[in-house]
Amino acid sequence: MDHQHNHSTGSPRELPMARSMCWHCQSEVSGEYFCERCVKVQPVSKELDYFTCMGFPRRLTIDPRQLETKFYELSRAFHPDFFQNKSAEEQSISLGNSAMLNTAYRTLRDPIQRAEYLLDLEAGAVKNIRTSPPADLFEEILELQDTLDEYRAADRASDASATLCSKLQTERTMLERRQQDMETALQQLFAQWDALQDRGEATDQARAERDRILKHMRDILSNRTYVKNIVNDLVATIS
Amino acid sequence: MARIVGIDLGTTNSLVAYMDKGTPRVIAGRNERNMVPSVVAMTDNGLIVGDPAKEHLTRNPARTVYSVKRFMGKSLEDVQGELTYFPYTLTEQGGVIRFKLGEKTYSPPQISAMILKELKLRAETHLGESITKAVITVPAYFNDSQRQATKDAGMIAGLEVLRIINEPTAASLAYGLQEKTQGTIAVYDLGGGTFDISILKLKDGIFEVLATNGDTHLGGDDIDRLIADLLIEEVRERYGLDLHAYPDHMQAVRLEAERAKVQLSDVLKTTATLDLPDGKGKFSRELTRDQIESLTMGLIERTLAPCRKALKDAELTPEHIDEVVLVGGSTRMPLVRQRVRELFGKTPHCELNPDEVVALGAAVQADILSGGTTDMLLLDVTPLSLGIETMGGVMSSVIRRNTTIPAGAKEMFTTYVDGQTGVDIHILQGERELAKDNRSLARFRLKVPPLPAGVPRIEVTFLIDANGILNVLAKDMRTGQSQSIEVKPSYGLSDSEVEQMIEDSFKFAADDVSARKLIEARLDAGALITTTEKSLLEGGHLIAPEDIAVTRTALSALSVAKDGTDPRTIRARIADLEQATKSLTVALLNDSLTKGLQGKKVSEVT
Ligand SMILES: Nc1ncnc2c1ncn2[C@@H]1O[C@H](COP(=O)(O)OP(=O)(O)OP(=O)(O)O)[C@@H](O)[C@H]1O
Ligand SMILES: [Mg+2]
Repeated sequence: MDHQHNHSTGSPRELPMARSMCWHCQSEVSGEYFCERCVKVQPVSKELDYFTCMGFPRRLTIDPRQLETKFYELSRAFHPDFFQNKSAEEQSISLGNSAMLNTAYRTLRDPIQRAEYLLDLEAGAVKNIRTSPPADLFEEILELQDTLDEYRAADRASDASATLCSKLQTERTMLERRQQDMETALQQLFAQWDALQDRGEATDQARAERDRILKHMRDILSNRTYVKNIVNDLVATIS
Repeated sequence: MARIVGIDLGTTNSLVAYMDKGTPRVIAGRNERNMVPSVVAMTDNGLIVGDPAKEHLTRNPARTVYSVKRFMGKSLEDVQGELTYFPYTLTEQGGVIRFKLGEKTYSPPQISAMILKELKLRAETHLGESITKAVITVPAYFNDSQRQATKDAGMIAGLEVLRIINEPTAASLAYGLQEKTQGTIAVYDLGGGTFDISILKLKDGIFEVLATNGDTHLGGDDIDRLIADLLIEEVRERYGLDLHAYPDHMQAVRLEAERAKVQLSDVLKTTATLDLPDGKGKFSRELTRDQIESLTMGLIERTLAPCRKALKDAELTPEHIDEVVLVGGSTRMPLVRQRVRELFGKTPHCELNPDEVVALGAAVQADILSGGTTDMLLLDVTPLSLGIETMGGVMSSVIRRNTTIPAGAKEMFTTYVDGQTGVDIHILQGERELAKDNRSLARFRLKVPPLPAGVPRIEVTFLIDANGILNVLAKDMRTGQSQSIEVKPSYGLSDSEVEQMIEDSFKFAADDVSARKLIEARLDAGALITTTEKSLLEGGHLIAPEDIAVTRTALSALSVAKDGTDPRTIRARIADLEQATKSLTVALLNDSLTKGLQGKKVSEVT
């Protein structure tokens, strides 16, 4: 069986230009989630990005409490529990909206997923170019893999094994420091992004700055995954 | 809107509850007990459910089904390891287990439906209205097939199942309503057949499940087995007798093991006694709490790993848990309480009756669905990851475990051979890497228009609804056309089979009604016989000897009819006896009136 992964974070989206018409009474929807005329729930547009869906600007710093409050509020508006006595159409809209809301909340709640999602939205096609880890990291990982294999094969009681183990411990400390550095760098980039957005400039310089932040963020995010996986592997082997 | 009841369909006990002016209440049966034992006996006189059926466990073990919940959504292979413990004959058809009871075979949903019908009747009798809608609880760790089987059971019983909800979350609703708790709670539910742990955040009426874990094959039944095995082994050693050859004694051992276990939750020592077959007399043995604790320690320990996993998935440590709530009969065991206390570092709560709290919560959820309660909302999660099989037999995850439901995900499919007209999709549930190690849920074939390879684009939406049940939709992205998919469940009844069973159940209904009529007629006959005998004793001297003779004749005629199986004959003999005792009744009434008057006079005089 063949299939292409296309998680809902796939292609860049555009914001809808205007609110649509109510599916039920055909009047223009002016209320946020419910038609003001006939009080029917409205489907959240599939084109809507998660930030807009949850009423947040595209920023990388989000107060988790505010996000949660919004999530609860929207859950109360959309959850299928409250549509049991309604028509089949409304039930189906409620189900779709709830599912979308849950995905949106899950994505925005976690800072890393949030940043990855923002990259998808902002960087567009750039995202689809495969990144490989920078040469030095790549080499380090390969070497570490070898050491891990050696250690796995070695007799636990031998001196060689003890040496390998202490070598792995050192590697671990270094990698964990590296992880820490990446987290710090990410936090800085997040703040830079938000500040840039707040300024809202449309100059060439601002655009260049924007691309720089996004590219840097993308590199760290992908390296972070490599390092995380190797650290997990390492911890599992030596513990 | 018609009333919706809440049902706890348990491995050992089932209950029905409803919302009575803002307070959930369990409905008791005619015997004034709140719990219906989940036991179904197929007797020559028809079907019996609950307490009366329990008596048939030892009398007619091959035709008395208990713990049917352990078989829901399972194939024969899944339960191979424990078949020796069950006295009935099992077969399989279309990936679904069947119980062979007498001439007929029944699927687990059909047996469960019989229990559900009993609960439905209970509710109808109490509330004086017809009940057609219900919320039914399932263990949080139930997979899609087990949930679907539960829904099928409801349909076969003539109930529209408006929602399947998880037992620990149901418990938290009842608990939250009563105790007005806020914060993070852990619900530890160890019942008769299943274990669940759920971690929830309660805030402003929202009950948000953060993570859930469990074992759908771990409960009081397993503890009983360990104790039973010990007794069986000792009988073998002492008498050279293998009780496995005696299904009725095996049931008696199981029941005695359970009785001893329950008692040892309160006292430190008890005696287990068994009648041995072949006139070998009685076996008895002292059991202490220490003994069963060391015997069952391993089982109880097995509940702790899921607790740790749930904490980890919720990204919490025990210190973050504000309260621990105990649910399920098996949490009465002191060792369970102790281990839970040690794990979470706090004394667990058990203010609400652990047997009833799940049913009460189901009633609360029913009230939310009917629009009665509007300030509470449950946000539950899917317990297991959902995925599809990809090349090389690997599972590719589509919706991760502990994702809030409703949850949706989309996948795009295409072809890799020119002109290919179909793509086969295999849906799985579980946490393992390889497809074969996970639970197969269903297979289906996407229809694709014959086009060059890679051109077709079919978008498949996987949607887990608020019941935790999967729905699949497919859309051809080129034409925008939706296509309906026929999903073939791997371990479930097909739609047409369920329909057939619903039809059959109406036929059974006729049998059920006659069985019930017989039972009720016998009860009434028994009561009348007792009062008539008492009246004869008290007032025999007040009536003519030929009246006494007529009464005695009618009395023995009724006794004979009562032992028969025709409710109409019994009713007729009841009427005869009532007719025959008229003079006696009148005489007694007059007599007591006279005495009453005399008494009054006396009291007035003094
Ligand atoms: N005092 C007690 N001590 C130990 N075990 C007990 C006690 N009381 C009941 N049990 C056990 O609890 C189990 C029944 O509990 P409960 O009624 O909560 O289960 P259930 O809801 O039918 O099962 P499940 O939730 O697993 O489907 C039985 O195994 C019973 O032996
Ligand atoms: Mg239970």
